[in-house]
Amino acid sequence: MIGDFMPTFFEKKQLVTPGELLAEGDYLPGENTYVEAGKIYASRIGLVDSENKKVNVVALRAFYVPKMGDIVIGTVIEVGFNGWTVNIKAPYTAMLRASDVLARPFKPQNDELSQVLTAGDLIVAKIASFDRAHDPQLTVGEPGLGKITRGQILHVTPTKIPRIIGRKGSMISMIKQETTCQIILGLNGVILVTGKNVEDEELAIFVIRKIEEESHTSGLTDRITQLLKEKKQVVLEEKVE
Amino acid sequence: MNEKQEKLIDKKGIRLDGRKADELRPVKLQVGVLSNADGSAYIEHGKNKILVGVFGPREVHPKHLMQPDRMVLKVRYHMAPFSVQERKSPAPSRREVELSKVIKESLEPALFLELYPRTGVDVFIEVLQADGGTRCAAITAAALAIADAGVPMRDLVVGCAAGKVDDTVVLDLYDAEDKLGTADVPVAYMPSLNAITLLQMDGILEPAEFEKAVNMAMEGCKKIYEMQKEALKTKYMVVKEVEE
Repeated sequence: MIGDFMPTFFEKKQLVTPGELLAEGDYLPGENTYVEAGKIYASRIGLVDSENKKVNVVALRAFYVPKMGDIVIGTVIEVGFNGWTVNIKAPYTAMLRASDVLARPFKPQNDELSQVLTAGDLIVAKIASFDRAHDPQLTVGEPGLGKITRGQILHVTPTKIPRIIGRKGSMISMIKQETTCQIILGLNGVILVTGKNVEDEELAIFVIRKIEEESHTSGLTDRITQLLKEKKQVVLEEKVE
Repeated sequence: MNEKQEKLIDKKGIRLDGRKADELRPVKLQVGVLSNADGSAYIEHGKNKILVGVFGPREVHPKHLMQPDRMVLKVRYHMAPFSVQERKSPAPSRREVELSKVIKESLEPALFLELYPRTGVDVFIEVLQADGGTRCAAITAAALAIADAGVPMRDLVVGCAAGKVDDTVVLDLYDAEDKLGTADVPVAYMPSLNAITLLQMDGILEPAEFEKAVNMAMEGCKKIYEMQKEALKTKYMVVKEVEE
């Protein structure tokens, strides 16, 4: 419309700090932004981007907030009367109920919970429920979920997980293929890498670290593919020697 | 007062430490200095040296402080025994308890407390060296540390004081001026939103002088705000540089 003045105050991918004015007028506040008197401001340090009038800030620093249906990796911290308390690296500790794990009615006199899972055990779980009033409930009653028995764990900033997955999963499927490792990404920023041998796992971890460092660059998938091929070549040559 | 008292401002309007009336002390800011804290910052404001560490959001301890509808902010302002001329007892003094509360209340308006109910954020402020105006410098550093922890904020909070010394309204009082001057007005301010979150006055001022002092302090805040943003960006600039 003529005369409809809608200013924005940023360039694409500009680094912004909390409180920085981003846009005014007919824009929608996206992630890590808020509206005050019709103006959109940033609420976290990050990189701005706009898409169809929606202003987003990709946070460089954030923490994990549980969401229903998320797959997370957590550590059992306590065995309780009818379940376990699990640390999922979030502001809230999660609960895993015994009846969920045993898949049959749970009787305290028959079952010794610490024989199923004890403090220190790592689990892959799904958030079954979570709201403002209740701590997150976990479930392991689906294929692929449950206790972790082998592999390596690494931690990244939760905001980097989408980048590791890549567009339509392009990045992660490529890493899985090239390293022949099984990789489970916990949305809470915990990653499990399981491979046939330690070298494969180390390679996958190296690549994930690389993505974490360079998560804001374009054409990253191609460069990572290249890097993986080079690394594999080096490993092969070492074996020949 | 003592008649022989030394002049705090000379005929040219230069203060004892060589500054003009509306001049700030040199400020140095650094973000992410502690690896064990979720967020941290360090400030050198004149001779003040203050370290801030932030943890959370995490579960609140003790449990009874937990709020079912909002996040709680806990602030501990503490002065190291070696931070002042005469050894200060490490036990929290009446003044430190009060400052903890005052700083907490000046930071709270910047946070979205209602977003994360039943959690808490802990802010630990350690004054390593004090030279007047520590509450303001502490607020400046604490806001940076909270932003560094990834806690969403409406704006960064900046602290800066103004006051009256030798019948002149001056900016950013240091220890001697604070003790010998007539008034001290510490202000905490959110520059983007143009909102004051802390306003105190110790001493006596005319209404006109008070207004001048508040405006002067706000101007000082805006200058420090630029440095604050710069310091926060510097930590993450490394990430951006890879892009080029």
